[in-house]
Parts: sequence; C-alpha cells; structure tokens
Amino acid sequence: MTDTRDPLCSADAPILPLSLKGAGYTVAGQTLLQDITLRIEAGRRLIVMGANGAGKSLFLRLCHGLIAPTAGHCDWANGAARPQAQAMVFQRPVLLRRSVAANLEYPLTLMGLARAARRETVEQTLERFGLSALANRPARLLSGGEQQRLALARAWAMRPQVLFLDEPCSALDPSATRIIEAMVAQFSEEGITIVMTTHNLGQARRLAEQVAFLHRGRLIEHCSAAKFFAVPETPEARAFLAGDLIW
Amino acid sequence: MDSPFATALSLIASGDAALMQIIGLSLRVTLTAVLIACAVGLPLGAALALARFAGRGVVIVAFNALMGLPPVVAGLLVYLMLSRSGPFGALALLFTPTAMIIAQTLLILPIVVSLTRSVVEDLWAEYREQLRSLGAGRLRAVPTLLWDGRVSLLTGVLAGFGRASAEVGAVLIVGGNIAGHTRTMTTAITLETARGQLGLAVALGIILMVLTLTLNAAAWWAGQWARERLG
Repeated sequence: MTDTRDPLCSADAPILPLSLKGAGYTVAGQTLLQDITLRIEAGRRLIVMGANGAGKSLFLRLCHGLIAPTAGHCDWANGAARPQAQAMVFQRPVLLRRSVAANLEYPLTLMGLARAARRETVEQTLERFGLSALANRPARLLSGGEQQRLALARAWAMRPQVLFLDEPCSALDPSATRIIEAMVAQFSEEGITIVMTTHNLGQARRLAEQVAFLHRGRLIEHCSAAKFFAVPETPEARAFLAGDLIW
Repeated sequence: MDSPFATALSLIASGDAALMQIIGLSLRVTLTAVLIACAVGLPLGAALALARFAGRGVVIVAFNALMGLPPVVAGLLVYLMLSRSGPFGALALLFTPTAMIIAQTLLILPIVVSLTRSVVEDLWAEYREQLRSLGAGRLRAVPTLLWDGRVSLLTGVLAGFGRASAEVGAVLIVGGNIAGHTRTMTTAITLETARGQLGLAVALGIILMVLTLTLNAAAWWAGQWARERLG
C-alpha cells in the first residue's frame, strides 16, 4: 500500500487539537456525559475505554459533532463549529444502496469536489484498499469485513485530519479484525489522528498510544497507554483491566 | 348474436380504431397524472418524513386518510373548481382530458406522499447519523433517501397507477365520457354495458386486466431483481 494522497488536506488549516472543556450531555433529565475536559492532540492514537454504558459512543459523537454538548464546550483549533476534515466509522457502517464506487464518491460530491477530482480519488481509494475488483458490486451485498473495509476507505477518501472509530471490529471475525487494525495503524502513520472506542483489551493494547477511560459518563483517567495498562490509577480502571485477566 | 367474448377478441385482434383511441387516451391521462403526482409527491413525502413542525401529525393523518378518498368525491371537488361558476371556470377545462388528469392526480398524490413518507422515514432512521457524518444535512439527504428507497417507492407509484387506471367516478364526472374526446376504458365499460354492447366492454375489461397484471408482475420482478442485485 503506497500513499497516493496529494497534499490536499495539509492545505487546510489544522483543526486539531480538539479541546473539550467541562463538556456534558444531558437528555431527558439523564446526564449521560459529565464534565469531560481533555485535549485531543494531532497525530495521536487515543483509545477510549470503559464498560458498556460508560458513554464511549456518545463521547465520540460529541467530538465528531453529531450531538452538541448540553454543558461546556468542544472547541476545534481552527475555530470552526464542525470542521469538514474529520470522518467517523461506525460499529455497523451504513452503506448506500449503490455500488462500491458510488459509495466512495458520495461524500466527495458533498465536499464539492469536481467530477474529475472525484473520479481520481475514487480510483486511488479503490486501488489502495484492494477494492478495485469490487468497484461495481452493490455495497450492501459485500461481506461484513468487506463492508467495514469500504467504510474505512470511504472515511479515508474524505482526507480527514482526525478519524473517529466506534467499535469498528466488534462484529468482525479475527482475520477481518486484523485487516482493520492494520489499516488504522497505517492511517496513524500517515498522520491521521485516531480516536477509537473498543471493549477489546487486546486491541486496545495493540493500538493505543493514549487511553481515555470513561466510567458512568465521566472521564476518570487519561494518560499514556503504557501507564494505563501498567499502573491504572483508579479502582474502576483496575477492576476493568482485571476483568480481562480473569477472562 | 355472437358471444361478447368472441366480439371482444376480434376487436382486440383487429386493432379496432375506436378501441385503440380509448386505450390511448386512458394511458395518456393516467400516466400524466402519475408523473405529476410523483414530481410533487416524492419530494413532498420526503420533506414530510424529515421535517419537524407543529401539526405534522395532522398532515400525515390527512394524507393517509386521503388515500381512501372516493374517486367520485375527488371528481366532484374538481368539478366544483372547474365548472363555469367555479373559481377556475374561466379556464374552460371541464370535460377535457386536462380535467381528468387533475382529478386523477388528486387521487394518486396521497398514495405517493404517504408511501414516500413512510419509506423515507424508515431509511432516515437508519441513515441519519451516517449521512450527517458524511456531511449531508437534512435537505441534501432528501434526494439520497429517495434514490436509496427507489425499489420500495416504485411499488407505491404502481399502486397509484393502478388506482387511477381502475377508477371510473372521477373521470366520468369531470370528463363527461365524450366519445373520441374524454372516453376512457372505465367510462366506456360503464356506458357500453348499460347499452348492452358487451363486446367492447369485455374487450376493454380484458385490456385493463392484462395491464394490471403486467404492471404488478413487473413491480414484483423489479423488487426481486433489486433485492438480489442491490441488497
């Protein structure tokens, strides 16, 4: 896999770091995220961990701008409310009922790329992700692993500075998981900032550079992965990690 | 006297001019009405699916109820609008094919709107986050959702076509069943049966049945094909 991207995204002002200041999210009287303060620096691989219901997915949606904080702020470095140079890969990707190539082209059209530029980017992306042979296949008929690969390719084609991934491998078998992990690592090497949730500790250890640990809607630890896995500070994190050892 | 079926078959086989003229007019009126209803109803239904405003529920219920609007009542309404003393009387449209197109559009529109709303609403629930993430707002989502719902929407459009081509009340009232001008398959069947001229009535009945059957078969095959090809 060679890096064929042109320096298009570097022409845009850097959107990172993303600063959350006392960010919270309350809906129908229930506080689901509370008082979250952290900075997501450019070029990092941040893994967001926590038990089910801790607010990991919501945290990603808040960062990505799919929901607005009901308390505090989420501020991008370039001052935009929701910068374009970001993308998200969902647990179950929603692919349009069109061909693989058309799925790749769709967000590029939204970004206002001219037809020739779109075609070129689609071509590059298909090739880079090994999807050329599937270009004309209906996206919905791909296997689960192929669908997630296409979702990652679609996100990459948007030339994001930061990529959010919400449990991208939870529905995949081990080999498909390995492929996705390799892609994420590759993206990171290219300089794309990664913010990813996972409940798979093995995956977290393989990919994390930094860890944010959520517990009941609060950010209770945020440190380097090495430190988090060696000497977690909070009893909740220790229990969470111990749970993995028992399994 | 020959059996009406024999007469009917010979009329069809010989391509009887009067018969062909009636079929042609019926298709022209109904297809035009379907086209107009789609041009208005598809975006309107999609907008209704995505928009949130006070009274939205009332509008949805109204369109659902209008799907059951009796054709004679639709005909009566259009008649009142177009009759010489009505608000659009000056246009002199009553008893023309245009009047029939208006009446049939009124019959088809609620079907297209309601079905589109329901299909697009379901798709939106599934696509919403992903489309927002990709950068599509509500307005931009409309054509995307309509295109991705195309197979289900086709069924609704064909249902609309079926309703319009089968109804007699509306076109009879606003068209007047004038031979060679506003006589459609259904109004002709009504008239010819009343006159005891069963041959032409049966011929038109057969054509209508074949048309309906063909359309439904086409819709079913299209659905099957799309499920296999598009997932």
